[in-house]
Amino acid sequence: MLIRADGMTIHRPGTQEAVLSGIDFRIAAGEIVTVVGPNGSGKSSLIRALLGQMGLAEGSVTRQQGLRIGYVPQRVQLDTAIPMTVRRFLSLPTRVTDAEASAALERTGVPGLGARQLTQLSGGQFQRVLLARALLRAPHLLVLDEPTQGLDQPGIVAFYQLIEDVRRETGAAVLMVSHDLLVVMRSSDRVVCLNGHICCEGTPQHVSGAPEYRALFGAEAQGMLALYQHHHDHDHDHDCDHDHGHAPSALPH
Amino acid sequence: MLDDFFFRAVLAGLGLALVAGPLGSFVVWRRMAYFGDSTAHAAILGVAMALAFDISIYAGTLAVATAMACLVSALVARGQAMDTMLGVLSHSALAFGLVAISFVPSARSDLSGYLFGDILAVGRLDLALIWTGAALVLALLILRWQRLVTSSLNEELAMAAGIDPRTERLVLSLALAIVVALAIRVVGSLLISAMLIVPAAAARGWARSPERMAAVAALIAAASVIAGLFSSLHLDTPAGPSIVASAAIFFLLSQALRRA
Repeated sequence: MLIRADGMTIHRPGTQEAVLSGIDFRIAAGEIVTVVGPNGSGKSSLIRALLGQMGLAEGSVTRQQGLRIGYVPQRVQLDTAIPMTVRRFLSLPTRVTDAEASAALERTGVPGLGARQLTQLSGGQFQRVLLARALLRAPHLLVLDEPTQGLDQPGIVAFYQLIEDVRRETGAAVLMVSHDLLVVMRSSDRVVCLNGHICCEGTPQHVSGAPEYRALFGAEAQGMLALYQHHHDHDHDHDCDHDHGHAPSALPH
Repeated sequence: MLDDFFFRAVLAGLGLALVAGPLGSFVVWRRMAYFGDSTAHAAILGVAMALAFDISIYAGTLAVATAMACLVSALVARGQAMDTMLGVLSHSALAFGLVAISFVPSARSDLSGYLFGDILAVGRLDLALIWTGAALVLALLILRWQRLVTSSLNEELAMAAGIDPRTERLVLSLALAIVVALAIRVVGSLLISAMLIVPAAAARGWARSPERMAAVAALIAAASVIAGLFSSLHLDTPAGPSIVASAAIFFLLSQALRRA
């Protein structure tokens, strides 16, 4: 187990108000786990508590000894006051060689951006640079908090495709928070549906069929379910060799 | 050469410039301009206390500036409405300092020296203190550079890498307090934050990396010290304001050149 949490309760900082209560959570090597939930359901708090950035009111979090985590935070507000090239950014806070830096950029599909200022990057390029930086730590676990915010639909699909490729190549587990229900359903091994507590969790098909999940996501979830099941059946016809590379245009609209 | 008051003034100014560049860059990056102001204004209160208790001006300003820096830092951490709070603190510190200093009869005539600096009166001991303090702060910044830059860029990225942004904030607050104490003789309480911000702001447009910006800011600060002191000598203008005015001219030039 890379990270395990037992009976974890978190209060809103400075209050007695519980953001999350009674959370049991595990993530194992090589797994892709996605946390979904409405705004304010405690998704980011869960991530921060698992990373040890937030105190617990109750319960415990255990991280594997020597666990290396690559983190891609939510909505990075970069201060434009600080001049920073992509290359320099990759060396923060741990210095890496030029060769390592260009290999990481190449891997995440943004080769040759090293000399560019961070502020000159598009949203999609910046997400890929953040991912490259996270990969430079050779992480056992990649943690991504809503990594595709501000990306358009093709950008979102391409980004999750990249995450899957990285998992396959490096064997790193992936823990992410996402709003992109459809893509989540296609690319996760396990989905955790959160709303102050864990409403339901399991394989994407289990969760998308769960009444708790449907209650939270309503009509959108119904639509997703239909899409997912269509896809799922389709995959089964092809002997379970999951091909997650379907372009979004292949989906019925 | 150290016998020459002008040479001592140049050396004192350069010592301050060397550290004002990098520290000022952090002030600009972290948008701590008001933070710098309130800490610097509190220095006047420190001067009043030092004179009243007959202790070193440096010790008095360092103590009060440190207290102020810690107070502001704590308020920031608690997420108070920063802009207003810092405005209140900054100007109250100045007002209380001026009131307090009026109770020390010997200081009243020197008041403008504390407000705007008296670099031409810098002695050997001042010089030794300024260079020691500057070297100390510079060493601190260099040792923690990667951590400080990471947490200035983004606190969440820093936390994920095991860096506690609160520690880095505290380090910068202390560095700021030390520099305020060093600068009180050079540019005075009112112009310290200008000495931090203006050279760094001028350097911003010429730098592609944080290191470059810090170095260019230090160079611009040093050039401002020399230009300010020479103009003060030839035009008989007050030294501290002349240094800051020179820095401001460098800032305008840097903006104009970038547009051109």
